[in-house]
Amino acid sequence: MAKIPILKLGSTLLVSIQTELHDRLASELQEEILASIEKNKSKAVIIDITALEIVDSFIGRMLTNTAEMAALMDAEVILVGISPAVAITLVELGMELKGVKTALDLESALEIINDNLSEENDADFFSSDPKSDDERDEN
Amino acid sequence: MQKIEITDQDSLLKVRQIVHSLAREIGFGLVDQTRITTVASELTRNILLYAKKGHVEIYNINGSRIGLKMIFIDEGPGIDNIELAMKDGYTTSGGMGKGLPGSKRLMDEFYIESAPGKGAKVTVIKWLKG
Repeated sequence: MAKIPILKLGSTLLVSIQTELHDRLASELQEEILASIEKNKSKAVIIDITALEIVDSFIGRMLTNTAEMAALMDAEVILVGISPAVAITLVELGMELKGVKTALDLESALEIINDNLSEENDADFFSSDPKSDDERDEN
Repeated sequence: MQKIEITDQDSLLKVRQIVHSLAREIGFGLVDQTRITTVASELTRNILLYAKKGHVEIYNINGSRIGLKMIFIDEGPGIDNIELAMKDGYTTSGGMGKGLPGSKRLMDEFYIESAPGKGAKVTVIKWLKG
């Protein structure tokens, strides 16, 4: 059975799916992600699906459910790497992955997570980027 | 014509892979390749869910028009009410109820032949726009 590694980056988990998923594997991955959230007290999970050829209704539902379940455990899921072809197919199929946060790439996903963390830590958030005061998004 | 038996989870991967490479070979663009492969996955899963086993026949249509045709055949319990089965969100398996209506939207042609106790035959075609 192909294993999908779940990497820990501080309070974030990184799951890069590099193998095509059949349904059983998709369900096992969902369980492993939730177990890892509990074990590592993770606040965010980035799921990278760049390498997936297709996202059908089962995988789509697994991703949506994983995001909902993670939210119940106080963690958010950010989906990365949805190609135009996958986006078009999902919408035509009738699966908009409602409620799932997406980012175009890993960097944007990490930005979302850092913004959230800085909002949560009401303390001053020191960014190493000297321009950030002017450029930081007000939202 | 390629015939693939649908018997278990691995059939999902096998059907997707063979359909995807044929779609690419025929000359479909990336979006259509994804549509066709997704439909192959949905209809293979339907057979696994409802009939446990069956098969798919995959045809490269190369006549006056060029396209890819798939015929999914099973000898399972059949579909009681095809009209209901084609409704978005209707499911008897606890799934999303997206498989049949979604597949119809993703393909150019879509036909179901089924009756209770008589199995099901789902035929789908995607034409190469040119």
